[in-house]
Amino acid sequence: MAEIRNYTMNFGPQHPAAHGVLRLVLELDGEVIQKADPHVGLLHRATEKLAESKPFNQSIGYMDRLDYVSMMCNEHAYVMAIEKLLHLEPPLRAQYIRVMFDEITRILNHLMWLGAHAIDIGAMTVFLYCFREREDLMDCYEAVSGTRMHATYYRPGGVYRDLPETMPQYQQSQWRSKKEADRLNSRRSGGLLDFIADFTRRFPACVDQYETLLTDNRIWKQRTVNIGVVSPERAMQLGFSGPMLRGSGVEWDLRKKQPYDVYDKMDFDIPVGVNGDCYDRYLVRVEELRQSNRIVEQCVAWLKANPGSVMIDDRKVRPPRREEMKGDMESLIHHFKLMTEGYCVPAGEVYAAVEAPKGELGVYLVSDGANKPYRLKVRPPGFSHLASLDEMVRGHMLADVVAVIGTQDIVFGEIDR
Amino acid sequence: MSADPGTAAAVATPTRLEALARTITSALPGKLVSAANTVGELTYEVAADELLAVAAVLRDAPDLKFEMCMDVCGVDYLAHGRDEWNTHSATSSGFSRGVARGAQRPSELPPGRRFAVVYHLLSISLNQRLRLRVFCADDEQPMVDSVTGIWAAANWFEREAFDLFGILFKGHPDLRRLLTDYGFIGHPFRKDFPLSGNVEVRYDPEKGRVVYQPVTIDPRILVPKVIRHDNRYDPQLTNAPVHTASIAKSDG
Repeated sequence: MAEIRNYTMNFGPQHPAAHGVLRLVLELDGEVIQKADPHVGLLHRATEKLAESKPFNQSIGYMDRLDYVSMMCNEHAYVMAIEKLLHLEPPLRAQYIRVMFDEITRILNHLMWLGAHAIDIGAMTVFLYCFREREDLMDCYEAVSGTRMHATYYRPGGVYRDLPETMPQYQQSQWRSKKEADRLNSRRSGGLLDFIADFTRRFPACVDQYETLLTDNRIWKQRTVNIGVVSPERAMQLGFSGPMLRGSGVEWDLRKKQPYDVYDKMDFDIPVGVNGDCYDRYLVRVEELRQSNRIVEQCVAWLKANPGSVMIDDRKVRPPRREEMKGDMESLIHHFKLMTEGYCVPAGEVYAAVEAPKGELGVYLVSDGANKPYRLKVRPPGFSHLASLDEMVRGHMLADVVAVIGTQDIVFGEIDR
Repeated sequence: MSADPGTAAAVATPTRLEALARTITSALPGKLVSAANTVGELTYEVAADELLAVAAVLRDAPDLKFEMCMDVCGVDYLAHGRDEWNTHSATSSGFSRGVARGAQRPSELPPGRRFAVVYHLLSISLNQRLRLRVFCADDEQPMVDSVTGIWAAANWFEREAFDLFGILFKGHPDLRRLLTDYGFIGHPFRKDFPLSGNVEVRYDPEKGRVVYQPVTIDPRILVPKVIRHDNRYDPQLTNAPVHTASIAKSDG
């Protein structure tokens, strides 16, 4: 008789379903997972150590690169931590802009997740549909910050600048005909808010479209129902947050329970799952797409009616305008000091958490009164989720590992930092 | 005035904070030392040998119920409150470039106050947060008990703290490195570990493989760390106490 042993298999780090650079060492009995050991850190860039060597404002751009599919939400947690230590309160309009872009970011993230999750377990078309809408939202990022991904738009005390009155236009080229460019530009004739308002009107029908492809799809249900079930008690014990926690039936959303900025003025619902499996988490996230759309609508309406300042008027934090610098000595000095040295943040420590699309993204900031953070710790939501991968896939088939990785919405920028 | 009126209203209103502080003091008499905080958050310091007992009470007591451990992280207080540029007295020759203070231990840092582990706890049922800090008694071989038996979520967070700070967690089921490379030497987030690292990799065509060699770049300070006194945040004027006054003192 030959000896029967478990088979150890390496999965990743270069595997399209590994969502980046995940290396999994799987122990298999036939096709059944006995143990999964994730090896992470291939994308470790020491963001937190780098932030310790730079003035506070210079690290905002690093935050975009943590969870690189929900850029502005990461910035939000970071600037909130600084604002708490400095006792700053940004103007109301800036808070609305932040909430609006947080929700745009949530839609961006969930569309990326939906497309990638679907393509991982066999549904090709959804990916193409999701990216159609993502393109429009990327244009919003571009209009407001000049970049399509790494915006660096939030600042302690507000946002970098007000929403633009015009949208960037498409041009005719050898890849894009005049007719196609005109079609794209027809929606971009007004300002950014008009464009977003138009998007919110179109978007619910798009979500219906994704749902017709998946929600009642027999193959989709076979791949997700009763896969990776987590009980609510276990989810809390494992430190889950966001849709992973709500999918297990725990009604917990920082936007409702510990609201920041103007979330307490928003009217929206929190979807909650029942069974805690991949299918419930799918339903939760799809409903979040609709709810985020509602929040964006409310923000657009308020922002259209209420023009105003988008940055706090504190010369020790906000750099002066260029035209002021040309004629005013004080402004020139302030600009020089802010750009070369930055501002000093009073000694203390703070933990600021936002409901990022993936869950609770927290920033723990220790300041010793200097112009740089003494210690910055980012609490990424995906970290706890991936840590429980072993528990979630044990006893499942090899192909279900991909479904569980998909449902966890893993992004390595935030896990490895 | 808090930066976030919503947060303050929902979680950190003084009355709720005070009530929680009273509950904790009565549930754990004499085991916690409150650390002052200026932003409306509760922070307690725990002795390393009482951590597990305290953690169990915090999780299970009916009026505390901290059922979630959101974050565990290490902090190295070696350079806390030390600037790289003297800002208090101007010299006759003017300010020079910043000075790198290197790794020498400041005289005012008492033994057993260098490495700390910070826990962020969350109670979902009662909607409250708490921060615990444990200082490691031994600076050479920092060690605290692992809380993985109380909160399973601490598992990877403790592995990360071990990897980056070299803090050992007694009783951890699987204390391997997490984020750094296979075979990495040192603990990179310690304050005496240079930002540019100690080794770099390159492909060696003669050996036909990737080799490690000492770094060829010098560490440099782009923006010196300065600590400026600001009346607006003066504890005496704002009536807000400074946190851990013993180590927050500047040497400049």
